[in-house]
Amino acid sequence: MFKNTVNTTDDYAIVLEARSDKRLTASDYIDSMITDFTEFSGDRLFGDDKAVVAGIGFLGKMPITVIGIEKGKNTESRILHNFGSAHPEGYRKALRLMKQAEKFGRPVLCLVDTAGAFCGIDAEERGQGRAIAENLYEMADLKTPMISVVIGEGGSGGALALCHTDRIWMIEDAYFSVVSPESCANILWKDPGRAGEVAGALNLTADKLYKLGLIDKICRKNKMKELSEELKKEFEYLGTLKTEELLEERYLKFRRAGYRSY
Amino acid sequence: MELKRLFLKANNELENSGQGGKDRKVTCRKCQKKNTVTKIRNNNFVCPDCGHYFQVRARRRILMLTDRRSFIEMNRDMKSVNVLGFPEYDDKLRSAMDKSRENEGVICGEAQVDGHKICIFSMDSNFMMGSMGAVVGEKITSLFEYATVRNLPVLGITVSGGARMQEGMISLMQMSKVSAAVKRHSNAGNLYITLLTNPTTGGVDASFAMLGDITLAEPGARIGFAGPRVIEKSLNRSLPKDFQKAERVLECGFIDAIVTRSEQKTYIAKLLKIHGM
Repeated sequence: MFKNTVNTTDDYAIVLEARSDKRLTASDYIDSMITDFTEFSGDRLFGDDKAVVAGIGFLGKMPITVIGIEKGKNTESRILHNFGSAHPEGYRKALRLMKQAEKFGRPVLCLVDTAGAFCGIDAEERGQGRAIAENLYEMADLKTPMISVVIGEGGSGGALALCHTDRIWMIEDAYFSVVSPESCANILWKDPGRAGEVAGALNLTADKLYKLGLIDKICRKNKMKELSEELKKEFEYLGTLKTEELLEERYLKFRRAGYRSY
Repeated sequence: MELKRLFLKANNELENSGQGGKDRKVTCRKCQKKNTVTKIRNNNFVCPDCGHYFQVRARRRILMLTDRRSFIEMNRDMKSVNVLGFPEYDDKLRSAMDKSRENEGVICGEAQVDGHKICIFSMDSNFMMGSMGAVVGEKITSLFEYATVRNLPVLGITVSGGARMQEGMISLMQMSKVSAAVKRHSNAGNLYITLLTNPTTGGVDASFAMLGDITLAEPGARIGFAGPRVIEKSLNRSLPKDFQKAERVLECGFIDAIVTRSEQKTYIAKLLKIHGM
């Protein structure tokens, strides 16, 4: 919406690229990495949110639950998937399937690509805040290994709601930010045109977040086979940990983010 | 504390009367009527004419809800650092500290409510809109960990614009960090009561504000995830009048009860009593 007025910098170029409609979406990752993918629907509370695509399948020989935020491929499917902005039902569907994964001892892979949780009257009145909060809360001690990969946009709380996982990985040209650079510049200076300037300061790129210790790995783009091998290896490693160790490590991972580390 | 700040008055028109013996008058933003500071204060910071809720500072909240002299503060000295070198953040922190006379946007500690021992955190909207950065997250997390070990209930008074942009992803991660600490506190069988005040929004709404065993709110408080202007803009129409107001949020099923200021302490004491705390 603000695209043309912005003075572009490298980090901001990454943000724009992450939004590009030519980019691979969650379903591309699922198609190329997961065999026998079987999609499930509904949060069992209100409805089915197509912004979140979720189901089960195999990663190599490993049965796995996959949850992805899907932006869609063409106008029609983008509308169907609400441009990758989930309502509370989407987050609740995700949580339902994570609990199912816990029950059957399957690891969970989250593929994150969203500009943010949907902003609307319905979304608010059905508890967008509560839905995100509940995911963070429940994922904190979900007794199965979980990895999230930010494949495109990591838009604030709407992305974080699928990232309370044992590992957070990012594709090298994805971004993850507390706020979009446009809104940030708008709030600070009432000038969305300065988004380019603020994008650098927000430290939203994969390499900067890695340096800050907030993500665990940077993955090369368009290397599905490599990513799938890396995921298999990491899930196998996490699978060797005792449940208490896994949960303690997960707790400490987020515990470290902030005050004491700086 | 810097010497200069010792001489600054807290920048809140209701917090600094009585000095010099003169009782100032303050105009209510809603009904435009004037009342003396003492009168408003004695009425729990509610306008005696129209019932408008004045903003209450974090420390005052603790005084209003806990037993006299029972509060012992924890981690008061923690201060934020401009880790990312974010533009203008150093100045903003300094002026927030001057304005609020606090080191950060949340005050944490132990206290008693009608003799019931609790841990309490109280956010301050005078400190960068109660936004949550690393220190706010750290202080609240530490409080929950402290309460978990000692099996104490936590009372949280929230007011916040959300995660603090100036600390980037570090701020966002605080949502996860605090939520995990709340979960551990809950797993150990402990009670967590939240009192949502105007406004409780963004990343705070989408984490620990919405995770209480019992969720209370003040009348008319704005409670929601996305800012109303953002929604208005993206929908291109005006919003219903009661949108994101505590009363509507209760109707939608996300709050247990709306409790007026004059009843809050008794109400919370009753909850603690029923839980045998």
